[in-house]
Amino acid sequence: MPPMKRKKEEEATISEPKTKYDRQLRIWGELGQAALEEASICLLNCGPTGSEALKNLVLGGVGSFTIVDGSKVELGDLGNNFMVDERSVGQSKAKSVCAFLQELNDAVKATFIEENPDTLISTNPVFFSQFTLVIATQLVEDSIVKLDRICREANVKLVFARSYGLSGFVRVSVQEHTIIDSKPDHFLDDLRLNNPWPELKGFVETIDLNASDPVAHKHIPYVVILVKMADEWTQSHSGNLPSTREEKKEFKDLVKSKMISMDEDNYKEAIEAAFKVFAPRGISSEIRQICNDTCAEPSSNSSDFWVMVAALKEFVSNEGDGEAPLEGSIPDMTSSTEHYINLQKIYQAKAEADFLVMEERVKNILKKIGRDPSSISKATIKSFCKNARKVKVCRYRLVEDEFSNPSVNEIQKCFADEDYSGAMGFYVLLRAVDRFTANYNKFPGQFDGGMDEDISRLKTTALSLLTDLGCNGSVVPDDLINEMCRFGASELHVVAAFIGGIASQEVIKLVTKQFVPMLGTYIFNGIDHKSQLLTL
Amino acid sequence: MDAPQSKSRDLDKLLLRSGNLVGPGFFPGTDLRDDIREYVKVLVVGAGGLGCELLKDLALSGFRNLDVIDMDRIEVTNLNRQFLFRLEDVGKPKAEVAAKRVMERVSGVEIVPHFSRIEDKELEFYNDFNIIALGLDSIEARRYINGVACGFLEYDEDDTPRSETIKPMVDGGTEGFKGHARVIVPGVTPCFECTIWLFPPQVKFPLCTLAETPRNAAHCIEYAHLIKWHEVHGGKSFDPDEPEHMKWVYDEAIKRAELFGIPGVTYSLTQGVVKNIIPAIASTNAIISAACALETLKIVSGCSKTLANYLTYNGGEGLHTKVTEFERDKECLVCGPGILIELDTSITLQKFIEMLEEHPKLLLSKASVKHGKDSLYMQAPPVLEEMHRPNLSKPLYDLMGRVEKDTVHVFGTSLKNEEKQSSLTKLRVVFKEVDGVADMDTAIWRTNSKRKTPF
Repeated sequence: MPPMKRKKEEEATISEPKTKYDRQLRIWGELGQAALEEASICLLNCGPTGSEALKNLVLGGVGSFTIVDGSKVELGDLGNNFMVDERSVGQSKAKSVCAFLQELNDAVKATFIEENPDTLISTNPVFFSQFTLVIATQLVEDSIVKLDRICREANVKLVFARSYGLSGFVRVSVQEHTIIDSKPDHFLDDLRLNNPWPELKGFVETIDLNASDPVAHKHIPYVVILVKMADEWTQSHSGNLPSTREEKKEFKDLVKSKMISMDEDNYKEAIEAAFKVFAPRGISSEIRQICNDTCAEPSSNSSDFWVMVAALKEFVSNEGDGEAPLEGSIPDMTSSTEHYINLQKIYQAKAEADFLVMEERVKNILKKIGRDPSSISKATIKSFCKNARKVKVCRYRLVEDEFSNPSVNEIQKCFADEDYSGAMGFYVLLRAVDRFTANYNKFPGQFDGGMDEDISRLKTTALSLLTDLGCNGSVVPDDLINEMCRFGASELHVVAAFIGGIASQEVIKLVTKQFVPMLGTYIFNGIDHKSQLLTL
Repeated sequence: MDAPQSKSRDLDKLLLRSGNLVGPGFFPGTDLRDDIREYVKVLVVGAGGLGCELLKDLALSGFRNLDVIDMDRIEVTNLNRQFLFRLEDVGKPKAEVAAKRVMERVSGVEIVPHFSRIEDKELEFYNDFNIIALGLDSIEARRYINGVACGFLEYDEDDTPRSETIKPMVDGGTEGFKGHARVIVPGVTPCFECTIWLFPPQVKFPLCTLAETPRNAAHCIEYAHLIKWHEVHGGKSFDPDEPEHMKWVYDEAIKRAELFGIPGVTYSLTQGVVKNIIPAIASTNAIISAACALETLKIVSGCSKTLANYLTYNGGEGLHTKVTEFERDKECLVCGPGILIELDTSITLQKFIEMLEEHPKLLLSKASVKHGKDSLYMQAPPVLEEMHRPNLSKPLYDLMGRVEKDTVHVFGTSLKNEEKQSSLTKLRVVFKEVDGVADMDTAIWRTNSKRKTPF
């Protein structure tokens, strides 16, 4: 590294204005952080569920937030909300929570509106268009459905969250959320051992596996070993790679036979990595599905993501010969430094070459649809190429659709499965309590008297709801119905903190466009913690 | 009956009302609520990412008597998630600031901070609490507290744990978008040691890679940190919190990287590799702590069934939570009834300590020995060692008050998997009467290492 560059690094260590974000920058990087800092969030209702969700985002450096809550602080709020205290009793809850959150991070722009969210939803839907994302907590079904429509129309991301006794849920609602940098936990590296390109083959040819020097022998990287062995195999098997179990075993034994001593880690790694040779070539069915999506047909409305998918589709059918652009990095492996660096360079070179082709194709597509060919940056296209095998598309049903037309099959399956029945029961009950309120003007068990009556009414309500959904055979367990009445629509701090935490994490994923948001409704089951993601 | 306006408006629904899916011995009512407030003492270990959340969660779950212990001071990099701390608090002890902040916001709660290492507290300190909530970031610390809590456990004649000696723990851990929460009831659920295999060994680079064939930036950094540092600085130990030391490592790593043509060494990566920095965010800590606090409330009150017994959480790819019911290792050295050791009444304390070194399940060297509240022998500090030295030549039988059998705790360095660890272990000592004069040097002892059935 030339001396000039190094000085810049040194300066970075001394002046670190963003040091406090260090631990999270290591997760989503500068780009993710920038996205967070540009985001404006609207929070509906600042009881503990909403407050805790927002707290996590404020700590992370979200750009701005607006709290909408018309209630005043009651004595009971002192028992479940960390962001109100004795002095704020009788005053606006939104004001108190806003002040506390501002103190947590003075870089965040904090505002509040003393207004009932239900009223705002009914009378001023345009209000929501100004935000990147809305976190809607503790809303009842009617408002949920209305808000969902409003945000869909305005293309504003939406996350619902609700705490109810020891139950609750979180649900994301977005028309479409595309992800380039999905950062999966485990993903196979892109070594192309089953489909080496000419330059890789050429490099492999320059290395002699039968090197006489034992030190050299055990420092040949396994990539070289496997490409050579695969080539040897295909030559003697009419151009085919090992496919049956016997063949795969035979191949591994072949590799093993080249070991000259027991301590050759590179050969051990080769045997362990042999499955990469047997893996099918080409793109995964998931990526193929994305390429075949109707949105992959570029038009003037196409988002940058879909333009790049269109380019990917072309690439795969042409230069890629069935493969996506090469990712370009290789995992660490036992090797001499020289071989490793050279191998790295070969992979990087091909990745760069593939990128240039993709860049050309993207530019041509942009021209075709009447857009400026340089409107998608090099960096974005590069990132797309690197992540081409991992991109994701998330689409969410409108809550209304899910409510009126859920998958009956899924519901019945869940009720029949011991691990899912609790969550499924709570899903139904969380909807049933809103119906109950519509009929009886209070939540079941909200007040101390008349518990037995409430229990039986809730049971009837739940049954009729299930009938409406087309699930006549299914039944919510009595114990659960009893518990739901016992909860009496309480908002417990620990449950709110859990649910708020989950909600804030989904917001981060949606705003940074990294990692993958949940696909479905997360039902929290605080009794035995058998919470589940239900996709209905 | 509820007052129309009550601070515990929401908690009352759980504590004052009977339910169906509740813990054994759940007696709902104002007495339960008030007893939790007045008498229950909870210890929170750690006042960092998890600890701050735990204190808030517990304070807002009806607990009034909390203690918190943490040996660290506040750093700038804590501020993205340890929400009880502000920029002006940097440098102050975490435990003290955390306690103060929560008490400021939640009136009525008493939090006693302890700015100290967990090892520096007397065992009796830990026995004072009804339940211990862990917000730790290391395996060693968890093992230590686990050893202490399980050390209180006693078994009766037919090997059932005596309930009044059970000290439950709730343990949480996070890393990026992942985390876990677990409930440990010594003698009933697996303890930390029973499931030690859950934790994968730390990634270590082979020495020859660092010394001869580095391939990536991390190799260059560890070379500078682990090899070059000692070559140049001799005996001086490397301090990762000393900016000058870190800068030195970074410069050396750069040099090595340049030599081998390896890209990617940055100051940030250097810190990450050397300090083994775990990425951390507020949301995961909030989620895991909430789960732990909820379980704490349930265990203490019985207001609902509890987690059985291990919850894993992963929020990076969609959302996955899973509950696994792990089983106890009945032969567990820490939470089990204790390894049975049969001795002759003539064995001296000295001989006993020597035997521990050779015992196949223990391999414990430099053991200190405790019998109930009495220290029989201490290896350190020198003052106490000298004080207890006369005991070494006395028969253990006499030192233990001439009882036929009893539990003894030994603490020393054990060599397990070629790694030295400090270990606190429980032993069941049973004395065999020997007729006539015993020859101390050839005294025999037996262990029950061949026993297959559980104790």
